[in-house]
Amino acid sequence: MTGPAGWLAIDWLLVAVAAWLALGALGVLRLHDFFTVARVLFPAGALVGVGAAAVAGAALLAGSPQTAVLAIGLPELPFHLRLDALAAFFVLLLALASAGVSAFAAGYFRKGEGTPPGLMCLQYHVFLAGMTLVLLADDAYAFMVAWELMALASFFLVTANHVIPAIRRAGYLYLLVAHLGAIAILLCFGVLQANTGDYTFDNMRAQQLSPFWASVAFLLAFFGFGAKAGILPLHVWLPEAHPAAPSPVSALMSGVMLKTAIYGLLRVTFDLLHLQLWWWGVVALAIGLATALFGVVFAAVQTDMKRLLAYSSIENIGLLVVGIGLAVLFTGYGMTALAALALTAVLYHAINHAMFKSLLFLGTGSVLHATGERNLGKLGGLLRYMPWVGWLVLVGTLAAAGLPPANGFVSEWLLLQSFLFTLGLPSTFVNNLVPVVAAGVALVAALGGYVMVKFFGVIFLGQPREPRLAQSHDAAAWERAGLVWLAAGCIVLGLAPAQVIALIDPVTRVLIGDGVGARVAEHGWLFLAPVAPERASYSPLLFLVLMAASFALAFVLVRRLYHGRIRRAAPWDCGYPLLNARMQDTAEGFGQPIRQVFEPFFRMERELPSPFDRKPVYRVAVSDHFWHWLYLPIARLTEAVSRIVGLLQQGRIATYLTYSFVTLLVMLILVFR
Amino acid sequence: MTAESFIAQLVAVALAVLGAPLLTGWVNQCRAWLQNKSAPPLLLPYRTLHKLFWKESVVAEQATALFRGAPYIVFGAMVLACGIVPSLSTDLPLAPAADAIALVGLFALARVFMSLAAMDIGTAFGTLGARREMLVGFLAEPALLMVLFTAAFITQSTSLAAIVETIANQEFAIYPSLAFAGVAFTMVSLAENARVPVDNPATHLELTMIHEAMILEYSGRHLALMEWAASLKLFAYSCIGLAIFFPWGIAQERDLAGILLAAPVLAGKLAIGGAALAVIETLSAKMRIFRVPEFLAGAFLLAVIGILVHFLLGA
Repeated sequence: MTGPAGWLAIDWLLVAVAAWLALGALGVLRLHDFFTVARVLFPAGALVGVGAAAVAGAALLAGSPQTAVLAIGLPELPFHLRLDALAAFFVLLLALASAGVSAFAAGYFRKGEGTPPGLMCLQYHVFLAGMTLVLLADDAYAFMVAWELMALASFFLVTANHVIPAIRRAGYLYLLVAHLGAIAILLCFGVLQANTGDYTFDNMRAQQLSPFWASVAFLLAFFGFGAKAGILPLHVWLPEAHPAAPSPVSALMSGVMLKTAIYGLLRVTFDLLHLQLWWWGVVALAIGLATALFGVVFAAVQTDMKRLLAYSSIENIGLLVVGIGLAVLFTGYGMTALAALALTAVLYHAINHAMFKSLLFLGTGSVLHATGERNLGKLGGLLRYMPWVGWLVLVGTLAAAGLPPANGFVSEWLLLQSFLFTLGLPSTFVNNLVPVVAAGVALVAALGGYVMVKFFGVIFLGQPREPRLAQSHDAAAWERAGLVWLAAGCIVLGLAPAQVIALIDPVTRVLIGDGVGARVAEHGWLFLAPVAPERASYSPLLFLVLMAASFALAFVLVRRLYHGRIRRAAPWDCGYPLLNARMQDTAEGFGQPIRQVFEPFFRMERELPSPFDRKPVYRVAVSDHFWHWLYLPIARLTEAVSRIVGLLQQGRIATYLTYSFVTLLVMLILVFR
Repeated sequence: MTAESFIAQLVAVALAVLGAPLLTGWVNQCRAWLQNKSAPPLLLPYRTLHKLFWKESVVAEQATALFRGAPYIVFGAMVLACGIVPSLSTDLPLAPAADAIALVGLFALARVFMSLAAMDIGTAFGTLGARREMLVGFLAEPALLMVLFTAAFITQSTSLAAIVETIANQEFAIYPSLAFAGVAFTMVSLAENARVPVDNPATHLELTMIHEAMILEYSGRHLALMEWAASLKLFAYSCIGLAIFFPWGIAQERDLAGILLAAPVLAGKLAIGGAALAVIETLSAKMRIFRVPEFLAGAFLLAVIGILVHFLLGA
């Protein structure tokens, strides 16, 4: 794509980044001018997002990578930037999701909520710019600077409401884990440059690492990006930080920021490393499946709607890591066609998750504003009072539950398909492992349906659990616009898989030199047949048309042959007349079967009343084993070590001078030995 | 995709939609005989449907459009399922729209809408039913998927028509993996169709019901559609079982004679299958709801073992 002055797509994307930064700066100038920030700056940010999406989409189809050098940063160390198919795909994902989120944010932020609106605008747009630069970076310096920009901007966004201690604590935990991850990523780049001192990605691509050092680099990348993505056991910050942020920010963090970690993992594994070993795939499969199962089981027992969604994000990240593991496994054995299928499923699921999770988080934002309540136990029946939000969130719910013909199903279908054609892997162990993982993925997908029914049913259906819910108002125009954009994205991605795969095809070709696009295109736009039509095919559009036809036929025939009369009356409820809202399942109640079936997953503290209690109290607290098994011991150990180190700190200048003297002495002895 | 095969497809769907209540009636009749009761007439389900369609639909005051739309969605999903599963012929022009995985997704779609509709009114029974249905579903769905995967691994295809053609055309061979899958499939079908060890279609006993609890608030044409959809689901499940485990007799060429021959074969197979279902229901006792996850986890594990057996023995 060339502009008026022969500009490349990457230049236009840099313009978009600059525009976001400029909008942020304007926000600072208008720190307390709520109207300008909400009605001008955020909508402008959304427009920039739409533009960036168009540019990225065009660049994706155009092929050939573009590079640019920005002479900022340290002297002699300019920022190298590069836009290849992988980066373009993730920029597309970012821009599409952020357009909806920005439009929603225009109507969302209110006066007097934590940070002043102008500052929020700055942090928000710096966050967007940082994520875009992460995707464009082509050397380790630029990458790490952008990565930190993204981490810090999101940290300030998470702690927007910092007067609440729990939010400060969440922000601290987030910062801590983010930096643990950043250190691992830095070390990974250190290994990748193979002692040449040249930190450009071009140089890393040229290095031929030995299998040992390649494995070290992969494991460091897996740890570092895993910390950002929230894979087990580095997930503990995610369910704290994502819900703490304002809803549009939660949407960006879950929908987009987690994908930058997936991007980084793909970049290192398939682009910067020249070889892939099969056992990396086994590691990723095992950890990914554990993450997915853990996430979905914990999501099912949550009572806070945003925490539920955060755990569901962990589940989806787990599925993505499983897909990456499968792709690595196949590449390790040289089966590139299957690897391309698995990778297509990963990328498809990444963009699907960006859409539906953003939509769901924004929906919770509207609910939060309308009711002031995040606790599922105090919501209910909102579909009647907030029809726009309710019906649009239903689209996201169906997508997240992986139901046809919404978009979540397509990527799950592709992932299961790539499991199915694994027959003939050279190793018996792997051959038997793969179907077991497939079974696990099927279980996770089904549990995802449970979680989503709980999410939608408890918030939007039934009777309002609190009387004041009857006064909840529906979302206003800007919020609706954002929700409609994302819901439309879910539907389009669900109904046009062949076209979406045409966009993904260049990415898999860049990464593993093979793609499913040609085979899909062969079988026409209507059917999705990634291998061969007689082996597997799915046509969401036909599916929807047939469903709609049977729906309409039944509807019309019943009215023609019989009648369409209806009478409104009180609910029957087996003849019980004293029905009230407290008789519905609570969020705890709906999660109870999962708590019982998956009991070993949870650390539960229960207080059961005895039969003779005058005022019986039932209390159950569900928490995470990892917190008690891994994090608290590490925290205690760190504390103990600091206490020992603290012994050195006497606070007297004479002592410190003695330390310096002893150090000098030791050095001298070492040097003049 | 010729006009003839299109017509054949439509005829198959119409036969399924019209014939499904007959299968339900037959199972009820067999069960009554086995339990030494005087059996209801074979055509009773039709009369019930007719009666319900004539009745006025009473809808709770607070019900939303979701509650009123769900019966049509569930019914539509089951009609589509009957169109995908090869019952008379494998020449199905609509079948490429959805393979075995999409079929499982279709059942999940129906289940989710039924559960959401049950939660819409906000009664104690509705949410209880929805929760239990999802509890059954989250284990039954992967188990069904694994059963279908076993067949897919054997035939290297997830298209149901291709599965039928491959298995029916091979020399008669007993696949140990399919034996495991068969047991798992039977268990899943009992759970999914709300049959006795898991649920009881003939009772409204509050503490045990699952399916009935969800549709308690429905009446008139909505209830009729839900009941009809349940019959269609039983029909579709039976046809899946017959297609994978007893595919012989399903027409594979595009000729009228084959389809005409396939119809009585299918009727015979369904009659035997329905009678077997009645025998299972009579011999087993309803289990406590918290034994159900164990039962279904058993089915899931059996199905996975089936796949592993296939990989280990190559058969």
